[in-house]
Amino acid sequence: MVIDILSILLMASGLLFFLGAVVGIVRFPDFYTRMHAAGKGDTLSTMLITGAMALQVLNHFDWAHWTSLFVVVKIMAIGALIMLTSPTSTHALMQAGFDDGIEPVTRPGKRGIKNLDASVTQDDEAGASEGQDQPGIS
Amino acid sequence: MMETFFICAGIALLLMMAPVFYRIIVGPTAIDRIVAVNVIGTKTAVLLIIIGVIFDNVAMFVDFALAYALLNFIGSLAAARYFNKTRPVYSADAAGEEKVS
Repeated sequence: MVIDILSILLMASGLLFFLGAVVGIVRFPDFYTRMHAAGKGDTLSTMLITGAMALQVLNHFDWAHWTSLFVVVKIMAIGALIMLTSPTSTHALMQAGFDDGIEPVTRPGKRGIKNLDASVTQDDEAGASEGQDQPGIS
Repeated sequence: MMETFFICAGIALLLMMAPVFYRIIVGPTAIDRIVAVNVIGTKTAVLLIIIGVIFDNVAMFVDFALAYALLNFIGSLAAARYFNKTRPVYSADAAGEEKVS
């Protein structure tokens, strides 16, 4: 009974985090911010729901069918695998988008990626760029 | 009681996948679409485990979920490498003015 309540709590919090990720994916204005919502919310909700499922399988455990312990280990392995692979694929897709020059949303007057590149080339052409700070790249 | 709750949770997960399809359809860049497909693939692996718990046959469905999670990761990495400076990210009308090196 305690394990059931814990499983329900894990599942409900996982669905809540996935709801946050979905709202972020649909509503955010920018590629990078959408990526932020998708990466974090999706990973955490996946881990919470797989934890709930592992507890539920462990709740119906008896020694006559002791091989269901392997099923628990596999479910935890899926959670750990997604914890490793989802930030990796998020990072790779983010790098691909940044290399393709997707503009982030900035306030009017602020400099984005293109203007930043333009300022860097202007500084290189001018030769000396003393005293000018370049925002974004430290 | 627990079975009813898991059925409701699976249906809720399925309904929350529907707005992500909106991002797949109208996503302004190609990588937006890949991110949305990646999210749906991860949630499908989770949904397979829930289906296994509902049908009381987790030992079979957990292997499907493991294979699906692995294929999803490989697919998204391959798409990221393919779209990295090889294809225009903005589709159709904006592709003319976007300089793709």
